[in-house]
Amino acid sequence: MQLTVWTYEGPPHVGAMRVATGMEGLHYVLHAPQGDTYADLLFTMIERRNKRPPVTYTTFAARDLGRDTAELFMTAARDAYARFQPQAMIVGASCTGSLIQDDPGGLAKSLGFPIPVIAIDLPAYQRKENWGAAETFYQLVRALAGPNAPPPGTKRPERAAGVRPSCNLLGPTALGFRHRDDITEITGLLGKLGIDVNVVAPMGSTPADIARLGDADFNVVMYPEIAGQAASWLHRIFHQPFTKTVPIGVSATRDFIREVAELAGVDPAAVLQDASSRLPWYSHSVDSTYLTNKRVFIFGDATHAIAAARIASEELGFKVVGLGSYSREFGRELREAAKRYDVEPLITDDYLEVEAKVAELHPELVLGTQMERHIAKRLGVPCAVISAPVHVQDFPARYAPQMGFEGANVIFDTWVHPLMMGLEEHLLTMFKDDFEFKDGAMPSHLGTGHAAPVAEAVAEPAASVATPAAPDVASATGAAAAAAAAAVWAPEAEKELQKIPFFVRGKARRNTERFANENGVATITVETLYDAKAHFAR
Amino acid sequence: MTVHVQPRAAPVEDPVSREVRTESGQREVFCGLTGIVWLHRKIQDAFFLVVGSRTCAHLIQSAAGVMIFAEPRFGTAIMEEKDLAGLTDANDELDRIVTQLLTRRPDIKLLFLVGSCPSEVIKLDLSRAALRLSQRFSPGVRILNYSGSGIETTFTQGEDACLASLAPELPAAQDETSSLLVVGSLADVVEDQFMRMFDALGIGPVQFFPPRRSTALPSVGPNTKILMAQPFLPDTVRALQERGAKRLAAPFPLGVEGTTGWLRAAADAFGIDAAQFDKVTEPNRARAERALSVYKTQLADRRIFFFPDSQLEIPLARFLARELSMKLVEVGTPYLHREHLAEELKLLPAGVALTEGQDVDLQLDRCRLARPDIAVCGLGLANPLEAEGITTKWSIELVFTPIQGYEQAADLAELFARPLVRRAKLVA
Ligand code: SF4
Ligand code: SF4
Repeated sequence: MQLTVWTYEGPPHVGAMRVATGMEGLHYVLHAPQGDTYADLLFTMIERRNKRPPVTYTTFAARDLGRDTAELFMTAARDAYARFQPQAMIVGASCTGSLIQDDPGGLAKSLGFPIPVIAIDLPAYQRKENWGAAETFYQLVRALAGPNAPPPGTKRPERAAGVRPSCNLLGPTALGFRHRDDITEITGLLGKLGIDVNVVAPMGSTPADIARLGDADFNVVMYPEIAGQAASWLHRIFHQPFTKTVPIGVSATRDFIREVAELAGVDPAAVLQDASSRLPWYSHSVDSTYLTNKRVFIFGDATHAIAAARIASEELGFKVVGLGSYSREFGRELREAAKRYDVEPLITDDYLEVEAKVAELHPELVLGTQMERHIAKRLGVPCAVISAPVHVQDFPARYAPQMGFEGANVIFDTWVHPLMMGLEEHLLTMFKDDFEFKDGAMPSHLGTGHAAPVAEAVAEPAASVATPAAPDVASATGAAAAAAAAAVWAPEAEKELQKIPFFVRGKARRNTERFANENGVATITVETLYDAKAHFAR
Repeated sequence: MTVHVQPRAAPVEDPVSREVRTESGQREVFCGLTGIVWLHRKIQDAFFLVVGSRTCAHLIQSAAGVMIFAEPRFGTAIMEEKDLAGLTDANDELDRIVTQLLTRRPDIKLLFLVGSCPSEVIKLDLSRAALRLSQRFSPGVRILNYSGSGIETTFTQGEDACLASLAPELPAAQDETSSLLVVGSLADVVEDQFMRMFDALGIGPVQFFPPRRSTALPSVGPNTKILMAQPFLPDTVRALQERGAKRLAAPFPLGVEGTTGWLRAAADAFGIDAAQFDKVTEPNRARAERALSVYKTQLADRRIFFFPDSQLEIPLARFLARELSMKLVEVGTPYLHREHLAEELKLLPAGVALTEGQDVDLQLDRCRLARPDIAVCGLGLANPLEAEGITTKWSIELVFTPIQGYEQAADLAELFARPLVRRAKLVA
């Protein structure tokens, strides 16, 4: 058993739902108790889809157990087929459904529907959401494209002269982090290179589209967690090569352009020259100086976390102090990336472990998931979201891709804004004695009415770390809190602290107390304050 | 496919025999684990440990407003492959997890082990586990168990199971005088209002169950009179009746009429005379009616359709029909307890189409055909219905919002008026 407060990934059948919901003309019949229908709200509320996911649940109850749950499954499948008339059907069981061992695949086959019926067997007690999505997509590709495979041993025919090269985009699903906009961005980029998109799958495809995946010259693996397995199979069976670079960030997008150009046999020079992002210039602009070596902690799915580390380090000039992922399947890739930044990789799906790590590392910015947003909020650290699991606000109305050059622009804005806190630090240093920066003086864009609450909000994080109301924070913070209580502030040091601008004061207080504790200082004097400042100066 | 839209004529005289369509098929409701989301806020020193699967963990975090609370007092012991292999293992594992949890959270005074579908299907005996662990951790921590599984319970039934497990723990009432026990979670603000009302009426002592702190459990005995604040608590009430308590027949305290009937049931039981009752309640009634009149103009004659969800549907329908003149197209409830709802059924207009249970696709067909002005439904159905042009109200909001009592009557009406006002406002 594993104790969890929050989970990064849902169960594997939710991964299967993400595939089915992204597609058209596919229906999923799921052997599951009634409570499992909560999963619908992930799509209708969080992703704000306007249709119910194409899923029929059998919703068996205790009174059905030991009686005819198999019959119940067959009735549900029959009704679903009659009502939705899908091109293909997938069938499977949720964690509870799998315990009652009804064999949905066999039962559905016995009904003799005139459409492909694909059994998706997901080991619910070993695997999780992304694995479930990958497995489902792979099984669909095998079942639907498989019949069109060339005989073993035959080579791919050469593309006829004058025919544009084409590829498939693989991996986007419902409930994916910005998948919708990434598709648009990458399709546009490929178009500029003269490459057509044959099929985007699973998102937006039908079973018939999946059947013609083999027509493309190669595959673009957008999200390896979901498309990796299917792409390898297509490579083996259809000899379609696939891309290894995920185009998140300016450098990665350039690498990606070179990689697809090579696979497609086109010249990337014009696109590389022409296409650009504002990120590099914004990063070079004087205004961004304050971003130098900002200490950043990164956690998410492996693909987004690794990409984020590269952007943070090479394109924004941050210092990566922590890098981790809940995608255990991609542990090797993550460990390799961590080596590049000389940090200890954190591969875990335990939210509490991540929280302890963030508390220990004291980063200045957290790039994470919806979970890290909570962690960061509690610790008073700014945060931007880079990966699923997500919240309704991560499905913005505007166009906001992560991939390609526009994605890099979006990333610059979303990562840098939380750090600005209304006033830039360098202005602050210059004007720190100005009367306008006294307590409660608010940035003009917030207006006078906000003065009091904002000051409180800034003071709050420092307090919340030390309060016993945060018992979840593991021992790391516990120790810090105890230390905070141990060291006493001398009145003149307290007074000096008040001269530090209010929005960095919380951090100064914390750092000083930590320093005092580590050095066995009982009374914090003005000297201690400046010793600590010198100690933590970077 | 059968489509019933015509409201059926039903005799009003005998509520117990009122005609109800019983439907079974695919349901679209939360399981009882969801109750944890409000119970953990109500009983402030309790912790809820679900013994279940990743699905269960995912359900509560999704139902809990999708991770609003950074610091919940609930968690999941997720069973893994190796736990399913042998039961001895699972018990050891559970002990390990509970020990880990209690070490980490010394503030926990009451721990509920909450059963789920997987733990029930593999027959993991949580009552024995609770007993075993209680012995180890008493007197500091009390450990109880109940089932919130989707194969046993829907949505609000989780609260029933939880409170029923707590009922045997209540101390025996010592004295001979009558006392009143209000059963069912209410928002603190609502409890306080009712408390003032009972005081003014001269009814007392009054206790609430569940209490805000597990260390202050109400007492129960033969002189305890139960007033149900929520309609979904049959097992809890039965457990209290086994301890000698008597249930007062009453409607539920929704709307002016429901609140008055509810308070009157208590007043009658405590021998408060009618003049005193009127004197105390009259100002509140008048104020609530004044507040409601605004919404009556907005809601009168609007047609409403209830998908089954919380078991609050029947009292809500009664309030909307009688106090706001709304038209009831169909009133679905996951489960109908005819005895506890007898007072409600008496008040419900004749001929209302009542449905118990659900076949969601068929019910959606009926809803589409009837095109109500507003549909009350769960979170999974709301946006798809809105996209089809049917205005909705999330039923879960009715469980989380303070809606009981005089002061909340207008707030309750507003919950239904707001979506309609909104739809009328939008032009694009
Ligand atoms: S229905 Fe059962 S398996 Fe599903 S979340 Fe509820 S208790 Fe867990
Ligand atoms: S390596 Fe892959 S893409 Fe290249 S020829 Fe072999 S099968 Fe085809």
